[in-house]
Amino acid sequence: MEAKNGTVALRAAAAVVAVSLSAGMATAADLVISNWDGYMAKDIAESFKAATGLELEVVNHATNEEIMGKIMAGGGKGYDVVFVSSPFAEVLNAQGMLEPLDKSAVPNLANLYPEAEKLAYDPGNQFSVPYTWGTTGLCYRSDKVSGTPDSWMNLLQPADDLKGKTTMLATDRWLMGAGLLGKGYSVNETDPAKINEARDLLIEAKKTLLAYDDTTFYSKLVSGEASLVHAWDGWCNYGIAENKDIKFVVPKEGSDLWIDTMVVMKDSEHKDNAMKFINFILDAKNHAWAAENILYKVPNKAAMESLPASLGEQYPNMKMPPEELVKYELLRDLGPAQKDYSRAVSEIKAAN
Amino acid sequence: MSFNAARPNLLAAPGVAWLVTFMVVPCLLVLSYAFFQRGVWGGIEYTFTLENFARVADPLYARIFLNSARIALTTTAIAILIAYPAAYAIARAPRTRQPILLFFAVLPFWSNYLIRTYAWIVLLNREGLINNLLRSMGYTGEPLSLLYTEAAVITGLVYNYLPFVILAIYSTLSRLNPELMEASRDLGAGPVRTFLRVTLPLSLPGVAAGGVFVFVLSIGNFVTPALLGGGRFQMVGNLVYDQFLTANDWPFGAALGAALIVTMIVLLFVQARATARASGESREAQA
Repeated sequence: MEAKNGTVALRAAAAVVAVSLSAGMATAADLVISNWDGYMAKDIAESFKAATGLELEVVNHATNEEIMGKIMAGGGKGYDVVFVSSPFAEVLNAQGMLEPLDKSAVPNLANLYPEAEKLAYDPGNQFSVPYTWGTTGLCYRSDKVSGTPDSWMNLLQPADDLKGKTTMLATDRWLMGAGLLGKGYSVNETDPAKINEARDLLIEAKKTLLAYDDTTFYSKLVSGEASLVHAWDGWCNYGIAENKDIKFVVPKEGSDLWIDTMVVMKDSEHKDNAMKFINFILDAKNHAWAAENILYKVPNKAAMESLPASLGEQYPNMKMPPEELVKYELLRDLGPAQKDYSRAVSEIKAAN
Repeated sequence: MSFNAARPNLLAAPGVAWLVTFMVVPCLLVLSYAFFQRGVWGGIEYTFTLENFARVADPLYARIFLNSARIALTTTAIAILIAYPAAYAIARAPRTRQPILLFFAVLPFWSNYLIRTYAWIVLLNREGLINNLLRSMGYTGEPLSLLYTEAAVITGLVYNYLPFVILAIYSTLSRLNPELMEASRDLGAGPVRTFLRVTLPLSLPGVAAGGVFVFVLSIGNFVTPALLGGGRFQMVGNLVYDQFLTANDWPFGAALGAALIVTMIVLLFVQARATARASGESREAQA
């Protein structure tokens, strides 16, 4: 990155901010990972060190957007492996910020389901490895909702006894996704007229919502504050764990297929270690940790087959086979249409 | 320059250095972002533009601004109406008891803002303490929807900033010369007239100081609307937060922040001028 036009001072200042933001720079660790809090085993650093002898430093990000902000501000320096959802992996790759995977160093890629090697945003896992995958649908109290909800319209235009007892995800892609699927459109729709139709539907739906909630919707089901919520399948499982009347359903109009991935930064100074880390995670036992503890499906055949049968009985969505999962539409990077989504979400949130 | 003359400057140096390093510089840095373009995938492209400021005036965002101002104004009015009688009562209490009463007024500040806000969620939610209490008293209807409403947001803001207003009003009331009130009564005014014509006008600087404080803190607040409004009520603070942390549009977030800071500075300036004028008048009145 070369400074020009007398903006040297500003760039330097921005770099200072970026450095202070990207904790983990100038560290002695052999490898710096950024992941969502609680998305890996707490003792990952110890077990990784025991397996490889390498010092691992884990930093957390709360959202994809946060880590993207840090990476863009700092030019990607300071991180070796980053966990991001697939559309963001796609963006990072398009920006030339990702290191191609060295497959000879990651033999455990063989553990992945064949479906996980043919994902449209990265066929053949050139620059990303899927870590978890799943659907987004309706999570509900079967003892409080009459009948079985089976449509996004059950959420967007709820029956009278559900009004004020529903919540929706507020993150751009999933909020818009519910409206787009409800209208019968693609979750990656870029036609502004169709985006506006979804927006109008979501503004109407807002009037019947208890709240927007990305983090505690399942506890609102458990407490009885809400009866029907917009949820990621894995998070619905946290509710099911506390109340067996809670159930998850993918509406008949479909769901997005979301995938959280691991990517290696091109500016990483520890690329060999980064490949070792990815290989370590793909080990059946380590990858099974994610399925057992965060209750997300993992695209690792060996890991999924090692799970106790009771897990699938308690959380039926864990049993969804990969061939069914990949029928849903992958969330893709929207390119310039992202602006239309952001604007639509602002309009929905500002609407009274 | 003698050592004595230099000393005040010397004493202020650590405070000034702190403010400049950790407030002025970061603020200017962030404000400077407002004049650049957003990179395609977030980040900042160093090309000069005024477009971010034009976007602030977009009806969509202007409406959020006005809506925030309305919520902040309602909060301020309610806070003053609650705080004034409380401050008056404290100022009229025996001198020895005033510190205890003030201590209770500011007691909530001893716990964390977030915890106090979560306490309101525990109180107000559909399965919360208030609804459970109603139920135990024989109420059988649908639970009341108290949380995730504009009223909940305003309640949370009033609750959190009320002590500021009590303190500000108390400080002017406690400094009023009691002889003025006595003179008013000697001249034949009843207690109501004395209050309306003497006490109230003289305490207005405190009301203004407390009021501006609450307004400024409320209009920029983003935690309370997020938690007590359930994300259904967007205030300008939330908009700024979203620009920095989710939309990754730092330049626009900076422009919004600049608009907010300018609003606050104008209000504080007006309030300072009004206070200066009022205290000048009261000094004349007391002279």
